Amino acid sequence: MRGNVIEVKGLRKKFGHQIVLDGIDLAVPTGTVYALLGPNGAGKTTLINIMSTLVAPDEGSVKIAGYDIVTDKNMVKRSISLTGQFAAVDEMLTGEENLRMICRLSGLTVAESNVRTVELLQHFDLTAAARKSVKTYSGGMRRRLDIAISLVISRPVLFLDEPTTGLDTISRRALWKIIDQLKERGITVFLTTQYLEEADQLADIITVIDEGRVVATGTAKELKSRVGGEVIELFNDKDDLIRTVSTTGSIHDIRQKLNELASIVSPELRVNIRKPSMDDVFLALTAKEMERSLS
Amino acid sequence: MKIHGSISKTASFRTTNAVFIGRSIRLSLRNAEALIMAIMLPVMLMLLFTYVFGGSIDPSGNYVNYVVPGIILLCAGFGSSSTGVDVAHDMTNGIIDRFRTMPIQSLSVVTGHVVASLARNLLATAVVIGVALLVGFRPSANALEWLAAIGVISLFILTITWLFAAIGLVAGSPSAASGYGFILLFLPYLSSAFVPTSSMPSWLQGVAEHQPITPVIETIRGLLTGTPIHDSAWWAVGWCALILLLAILWSIVSFNRKAGRR
Repeated sequence: MRGNVIEVKGLRKKFGHQIVLDGIDLAVPTGTVYALLGPNGAGKTTLINIMSTLVAPDEGSVKIAGYDIVTDKNMVKRSISLTGQFAAVDEMLTGEENLRMICRLSGLTVAESNVRTVELLQHFDLTAAARKSVKTYSGGMRRRLDIAISLVISRPVLFLDEPTTGLDTISRRALWKIIDQLKERGITVFLTTQYLEEADQLADIITVIDEGRVVATGTAKELKSRVGGEVIELFNDKDDLIRTVSTTGSIHDIRQKLNELASIVSPELRVNIRKPSMDDVFLALTAKEMERSLS
Repeated sequence: MKIHGSISKTASFRTTNAVFIGRSIRLSLRNAEALIMAIMLPVMLMLLFTYVFGGSIDPSGNYVNYVVPGIILLCAGFGSSSTGVDVAHDMTNGIIDRFRTMPIQSLSVVTGHVVASLARNLLATAVVIGVALLVGFRPSANALEWLAAIGVISLFILTITWLFAAIGLVAGSPSAASGYGFILLFLPYLSSAFVPTSSMPSWLQGVAEHQPITPVIETIRGLLTGTPIHDSAWWAVGWCALILLLAILWSIVSFNRKAGRR
């Protein structure tokens, strides 16, 4: 399937008087890793909940693999797998039992379920812990099991809500590798994250949302170029960052900015010039948003 | 790792229910403490009522025959109350979102708990009756009456379990579910379970005689020990059917309303 596997148009959702989603438009091309980036309370989880049929939208439409999430719920459910924010595993069961249960619920026969379970345990490095209760699993093991469960049957779209929150660096890298492999297999991965580095590393397309609105969409490179060419950083002799200034990157602009700086701060400060990071993008985009809502 | 399956694949309604029933039974077995408590508590209460209170309630020593049906219902109440906690626990866990977003009848997760509770409680009832026989319970029932009594007991267990399931669905947390459920467990005391309603003050008699537990008790007592049933059987079945229906509807509505909220 080519084209867009997810299409969101004019999506709005209110809880009571609180507007959570305020007119979201998105298009996710088939086979991409798509990251939804935003601060806490931006509406990321609500958006995932609506796209995965858990919550009904107030206004607007969502189509997954061509099926409408309201009128064609059942076909949507056949097209997606959800790995929610909290590990969606059964704590009282073992890893093996969890997998086998979801295999059976996904329509595999008993024999197929057993084969598939062994396969997934191996692939996700959980064979040694297969017969242990999930209660005893570490955060990383839980996440791996969680994703393994989501892949029992490969549905075209995988939703991952903050997949690496609370994981250590090694588990996080391992998960990134898994997401890359999924993409190679043609699965569209839609993930939310608060970590800029994660979006930067993983995603083909990043959408930044804040207060229920899309603030920016594009590749990491495109978003970074919005902040400007190069960033000037000033450090004192103790290596503390004193000031950050963005520039267009041209000699003219950098010289002008440095001249301005020299007249207002101590000329003893050291200068570092670097490319903008996703942090700069994020802060710039959400700060603009904040100013707008204050005015 | 290969890609498995296709978009159209999904579990049948029968498989879904079988899987969830299996899951709940497995959870029950794994939670051995709760299972033992659900059996031990009624047995201890029966011994308490038979040997400690029984002598002064009915000096003839025949009290055990009177009290066994009440103990059976009390036992069913205790045993079913954990369903509320189990359901509430599932609803606050991330796994419910996974079930809901799969192309299956996700309410079956609750049905699974209900069926497991029925199995658990019938087992506990068998133990209670066994111990009762040991301490002097002498039922007069024939095979058909036993069957009918088991039918009424099963219907009662099913009804109260669905009620607890609904409470588990509306409660915000497992401990809240446990708290709300506790109120239901008092109902048998305000019935003819332990003493005849005629011994109560008249205002309480009105309550005790017209609450659902009393006709259920009188029906079971009549079937097992031959006391007159009159129209209690109809009331018992009617009450249970009505409450069962309402509890199931309540469960469906709250299950759907809770989607996406934990």
